[in-house]
Amino acid sequence: MSETILTDRIPLDEYAGLLGAAEIGELRALSRPLVGREVCMVNTTAVGGGVAEILNRLVPLMEELDIRIRWEVMKGGEDFFEVTKAFHNALHGVAYNPRKADFGIFLDYNARNRAHLDLGAEFTVIHDPQPMALIEARPAGKAHWVWRCHIDLSRPNEDVWNFLSPIAGRFDASIFSSPEFARQLPIPQYLFYPSIDPLSEKNRDLDAAYIQQVLAQYKIDPDRRILTQISRFDRLKDPVGVIRAYRIVKRYFDCQLVLAGGGAADDPEGRVVLQNVRREADGDPDIHVLELPAWSPLEVNALQRASTVVIQKSLREGFGLTVAEALWKKKPVVASAVGGIPIQVIHKHTGLLAHSVEGTAYQIRYLLSHPDIAARLGEQGHQHVRANFLITQNLRRYLTLFLLLDSHS
Amino acid sequence: MTAVTSRFEFYTVAYLTRICNQKASTLAQLVTGLDECSDASIFHHTFQTLGSHHFLTEGFSNDFAQWVLAAANRTELAEQLAALDVRDYVSLAELRSDLRRLVADYCAAHPLYAEQQALEDFNFCESVDVTMSLGMQAATLEEFRAVLEKLSHSSFYFHFITSRLRLHLQTNDFSHWFSEMLGRERLASNVNRIDIYTNTLDGARTKLLRLVDRELSRQ
Repeated sequence: MSETILTDRIPLDEYAGLLGAAEIGELRALSRPLVGREVCMVNTTAVGGGVAEILNRLVPLMEELDIRIRWEVMKGGEDFFEVTKAFHNALHGVAYNPRKADFGIFLDYNARNRAHLDLGAEFTVIHDPQPMALIEARPAGKAHWVWRCHIDLSRPNEDVWNFLSPIAGRFDASIFSSPEFARQLPIPQYLFYPSIDPLSEKNRDLDAAYIQQVLAQYKIDPDRRILTQISRFDRLKDPVGVIRAYRIVKRYFDCQLVLAGGGAADDPEGRVVLQNVRREADGDPDIHVLELPAWSPLEVNALQRASTVVIQKSLREGFGLTVAEALWKKKPVVASAVGGIPIQVIHKHTGLLAHSVEGTAYQIRYLLSHPDIAARLGEQGHQHVRANFLITQNLRRYLTLFLLLDSHS
Repeated sequence: MTAVTSRFEFYTVAYLTRICNQKASTLAQLVTGLDECSDASIFHHTFQTLGSHHFLTEGFSNDFAQWVLAAANRTELAEQLAALDVRDYVSLAELRSDLRRLVADYCAAHPLYAEQQALEDFNFCESVDVTMSLGMQAATLEEFRAVLEKLSHSSFYFHFITSRLRLHLQTNDFSHWFSEMLGRERLASNVNRIDIYTNTLDGARTKLLRLVDRELSRQ
């Protein structure tokens, strides 16, 4: 394993308390034909970012199932990461005119990494576009290569996608987080939902005393209704729209609003959004705008658990895993029907969807008026996450995919 | 499980969802999609999705009904689609035919709605599966009960719901075994009547355990 430090190893059996011994037993049964087989995960960072967070959990679980798993981290210089950041944004639809040299830099770093990474495993999973061209190192024989695309490719920049798509076509299979995010490819495309870890600091149960302490720290009244949106201060998360929805709700219900997130300290655009949010809040003492440090899992957990209703009023969204986090905590959620949110919020079953400020306010009012329905949505949301969006489900999908690939060879 | 033997052998199934290059954004396109999609896609959006939403007991039946309700906003058609009970079908061809007929009839009766753009696309997907033995068997009702109590959702669903497509009979693996191997017709029939649309999988399993207990107490 190159430069990867696995933190917080949680034994598989600890999940049995939440999921039942039968579910964990099935993971062991599924993994049996894969015992001793070699798997390699490749990405571009060992720490920070969603992919590293997932691999930090997934790799130890596969090790525990006696799969010989390695996690390789591709190295790149500043020029490489500038190009791949531009590619990343362009694949999300941001305007970009790539230079021929950009493609050269991309291919050159991939070639250099092929020379020193150990890419001989039977199953290799390449995460995101940056290391895609490592496919050139695929050994002859029965090696299976899978491209795991974590980003939304529904509206990609054509130049960048035309460059990457022939490379994608050389894999045996691809994985996307939502059918909406996929492209037409000549290889099978599988759906793997992103996942949360129920035992991580962000999601595990907390003492009531700790939750009270966090509320006190931020001067939030624990005895009054709390509406919360956890997200970066980003225009696409529409925090100003959330304040407008809160003001409508406030005409009918006494409540507080918590807008908590990071992203303003090192992001000029984030700073502007934060200024706009503060201007819109206009000194209302019931609006708590909290700038959290980049990694504040326990605080986020406590704020979600203390909430009466959790909001995710994004204008555009990737998958939006903060929704799954709230649902796991049995919270009623009101969210925009964008990106991967409708997969998590099944309208009227696991939460309520809205399409506007007014709609968001109406759905919050509805939940505050009907606490029994809010509780049922929260409970069903929890079950939905349990069945579909936990790290153990992610593990199960990888095991199933490896078994399928193996059966086809 | 391909054939019933004297012992009941417990299997499980793991599904992956494969994304198809097929979408519908209107009811008319949904009819075309229902004509052209694979059997694995019909299975995915009906049998499999019912299993993955096993905790919902009010109003959720299949992906087509949910899309027609939430994205196309056609309540009447959604109710008709939701009323289809997968347990009535022993082949996917029959199920496809009924789904298609309901949507096509609605489009014919309401041509304006047929072409109306839905809020979101319906993305056709299909299920691919890996089935494997759990290495657990039962030769008696007592042994069966002991395994059933600790069975996973996937295994329970495999034997109780999707079994119809394998057996091509309107029954489930459990009832089939009770009837064919243990000669317990009444138990088989009562188990086959457990409603999976108004019970969660855990609730259905609890009812099954209760029926088995009652049968054992009669011995």
